[in-house]
Amino acid sequence: MDLKLKVWRQSGPDEAGGFVAYDAKEISPDMSFLEMLDVVNERILEEGGDPIAFDHDCREGICGSCGMMIDGVPHGPKSMTTVCQLHMRSFRDGDQLTLEPWRASSFPVLKDLYVDRTPFDRIIAAGGYISVRTGSADEANAEPIRKKDADAAFDAAACIGCGACVAACPNASAMLFTSAKVAHLAHLPQGQTERYTRVLDMVETHDTEGFGNCTNHGACQNACPKGISVDYIAQLNRDLFRATVTTAADPVGS
Amino acid sequence: MELNARIPSGPVEKKWENHRFEMKLVNPANKRKYDVIVVGTGLAGASAAATMGELGYNVHAFTHHESPRRAHSIAAQGGINAAKNYQNDGDSVYRLFYDTVKGGDFRSREANVYRLAEVSLNIIDQAVAQGVPFAREYGGKLANRSFGGAQVSRTFYARGQTGQQLLLGAYQALERQVRAGTVTMHTSKEMLDVVVIDGVAKGIVTRDLVTGVIERHAADAVVLATGGYSNVFFLSTNAQKCNVTATWRAHRRGAGFANPCFTQIHPTCIPPSGEYQSKLTLMSESLRNDGRIWVPKDPEDKRKGNDIPEDARDYYLERLYPSFGNLTPRDIASRRAKEMVDAGHGVGPMENGVFLDFKHAIERLGKDRVSERYGNLFEMYERITGEDPYDRPMRIFPAPHYTMGGLWVDYDLMTTVPGLFAAGEANFSDHGANRLGASALMQGLADGYFVVPLTIGNYLATVTPGSADTDHAAFADVEKDVKQRQSRLLDVDGTRSAASFHRELGRIMWENCGMVRTAEGLRSALQRIPELREEFWRDVRVPGTGEGLNPSLEQAGRVADFLEFAEVMCWDALTRDESCGAHYRPEHVTEEGEARRDDENFAHSAVWEFMGVGEEPRRHTEPLEFPNVPPSQRSYK
Ligand SMILES: Cc1cc2nc3c(=O)[nH]c(=O)nc-3n(C[C@H](O)[C@H](O)[C@H](O)COP(=O)(O)OP(=O)(O)OC[C@H]3O[C@@H](n4cnc5c(N)ncnc54)[C@H](O)[C@@H]3O)c2cc1C
Ligand code: SF4
Ligand code: FES
Repeated sequence: MDLKLKVWRQSGPDEAGGFVAYDAKEISPDMSFLEMLDVVNERILEEGGDPIAFDHDCREGICGSCGMMIDGVPHGPKSMTTVCQLHMRSFRDGDQLTLEPWRASSFPVLKDLYVDRTPFDRIIAAGGYISVRTGSADEANAEPIRKKDADAAFDAAACIGCGACVAACPNASAMLFTSAKVAHLAHLPQGQTERYTRVLDMVETHDTEGFGNCTNHGACQNACPKGISVDYIAQLNRDLFRATVTTAADPVGS
Repeated sequence: MELNARIPSGPVEKKWENHRFEMKLVNPANKRKYDVIVVGTGLAGASAAATMGELGYNVHAFTHHESPRRAHSIAAQGGINAAKNYQNDGDSVYRLFYDTVKGGDFRSREANVYRLAEVSLNIIDQAVAQGVPFAREYGGKLANRSFGGAQVSRTFYARGQTGQQLLLGAYQALERQVRAGTVTMHTSKEMLDVVVIDGVAKGIVTRDLVTGVIERHAADAVVLATGGYSNVFFLSTNAQKCNVTATWRAHRRGAGFANPCFTQIHPTCIPPSGEYQSKLTLMSESLRNDGRIWVPKDPEDKRKGNDIPEDARDYYLERLYPSFGNLTPRDIASRRAKEMVDAGHGVGPMENGVFLDFKHAIERLGKDRVSERYGNLFEMYERITGEDPYDRPMRIFPAPHYTMGGLWVDYDLMTTVPGLFAAGEANFSDHGANRLGASALMQGLADGYFVVPLTIGNYLATVTPGSADTDHAAFADVEKDVKQRQSRLLDVDGTRSAASFHRELGRIMWENCGMVRTAEGLRSALQRIPELREEFWRDVRVPGTGEGLNPSLEQAGRVADFLEFAEVMCWDALTRDESCGAHYRPEHVTEEGEARRDDENFAHSAVWEFMGVGEEPRRHTEPLEFPNVPPSQRSYK
């Protein structure tokens, strides 16, 4: 099949960008979307041009490196699917597609479709962990955890940190990402000690990194390739409320 | 090259304990005066950096990824072994040790393997405490599954995403130390060389992938945890950015490279669908528990799988291995599949796979039971191929997956260059000639949480802290080398992409140094690789400049290193004139057609010394002894 692409090209973080048209010719429906871009890039290179930059690595939907807007939709048309797992059979011969990077001021474009998502690391560093020194752990089976809770923790922990939620949100909020980590750890007994300091610290960093407020729009959940639910945001808000109230009366953690 | 493994004294069960007592310690107040560089923040590197930060060292951690959470470890699916014996099925540290030595076909070091089995217990404790959501039973205790032919159930798992959850645990522990100020995280920085001063590792030179700036970093010790090199085959189950650069550069600076030819092939991957194929996707081996593997008897039979009647099918594994059938070990299942495809029985549009058929399982168990067991794998298969495995047989083919070879290390995980350590898949590890399923995650975390953070002290206690200085002439020399190499890549301005060379190299390696290695094939590869390398340096086209983000330049640098590394892999395969584990030389087989080890001549690790690009490397050996696990020949008939 043959497709027409309109791709955002931007040579560096401080440069102006713009759309450039490319033909994607003789594309096999069995190719993944990124393999299609590999083929386009190979031709750009043969013609002496500079290939389109995009981040990617595992190509199986788990590392969270890939991500771009396809016709305004994060990760493209297929639900619960990262762009690396999207295959060309989801498109038709003659389709015209517009490819853009995630758009959010906290995710500066480094080049073309490649953005900087390091603010996510800083949100995690603010408290997205359980403090346990190596070697100081109890015997793993000492504390039973209800299967239900372990499963719920897993569901929240499935976030791959791709940033699609931020790109989808009209406020460029990273609340879905933040709440997924808060919920993961809040579901486990080990996560209780730091539960309220964690949520305060992570939300504070979320805000200082320049992500917007959550106004319950819900676009994040639809964009998320891992099915992370907006219910976690509600949970986060409950914890946050409690944390704010309790810290006023009694320092958290005591 | 001196190879002193420095194995502690005493019986194998006591060695680690004795060693911990005998090791020199760094005074707690002094630890922060020591700078330690950790390159790589996958399971091994993230756990090592976090733990050394906790201990008080001043750690600098580097990754070429945007975030530690993107390391290749994230993709591991099946699980992690530990000798917890929660199932009361007879497991023990000794049994895990025994299975690992035997599984490695008697080409690993007993003392290290024993320690691995020992600390496996602590890994699970640590991970659970960090909040890793392992699978649980209804009673709330941890669940296990059996894996990779082990006779006990010792594998812990988190759905099909065990690597992801373990890496997130280690990553979070690392970020906690970043916040505490003990670890400085350097993301998007690729290590391009090691700096060795008077024979001792004192730092690294990196390129900032976002700004393009080449930087010097000095430290009192350097730990490489940069993963494996399966991508030398171009098509593998590894992530696209996995590479050999860090370990190869260290090798060029004097670190011995051990057993590079020990590479593992995974039998159940989805076959390539075209020339453009960029990677291969692995599907859990558990599929072989209920799926039946077959090919059409007649190579000319081009009917669809479902239209081929039973009597025209060859269930070759069941035929050749009546007692193990479809569950023969990874290497045998892989090799037989290749033989079938090579003999023209391949199926699918490119005739490059064998069938894995669930028709009988669905008849026997019902669709619901099958979907309960394999639903997510079937979905993954359908997503990639567009074919529904409930309706028609899957197609599978083996793919390169894991590399047992790596930098040679002593008991303390120190390479032949003092001050330079290697952890995780980057070292030649504890897996000998073949790794058991679910043991790579275990080894990475054992090295990172429990071994390197202690053994590095044994070295640092002998070093004056802060003795390294980026103003030293050696740093300037290395930086100059790195810059020259980069300009050379950019200046060729030829016609072909680095990827096209990589693909060609991969084909040479897969054909000649893949599942089956003949002396003749290896010699021809040794001839073709230098030719290809020469062509690369004459005709590669790397667009753009060294400034700013340039993925083409990153890729070209990695391919250039693979083009050098591939040769030593072939040398190793050629000189290891025996079959063992995953290394299969058809010249050395039993009457049953299985790998035949030659313990008299090859009960050793081969350790290579770099003699110059294109020069024949020098082979050294570390003899291996098996006082605890007497070598035996395996049989799966
Ligand atoms: C698909 C798949 C499934 C698997 N499933 C299992 C399983 O179920 N059980 C199991 O035990 N094992 C499994 N494995 C194997 C296991 O995942 C790996 O062996 C293990 O995760 C390797 O961890 P590591 O920390 O050594 O390296 P990696 O996770 O590969 O990390 C390497 C790190 O080094 C960095 N790096 C590399 N080069 C440089 C450089 N030059 N400069 C800076 N940074 C650099 C990278 O950025 C990364 O941070 C699987 C492997 C694959 C491919
Ligand atoms: S919540 Fe979903 S969309 Fe957001 S980063 Fe995580 S996986 Fe991506
Ligand atoms: S490339 Fe890893 S999630 Fe897409």
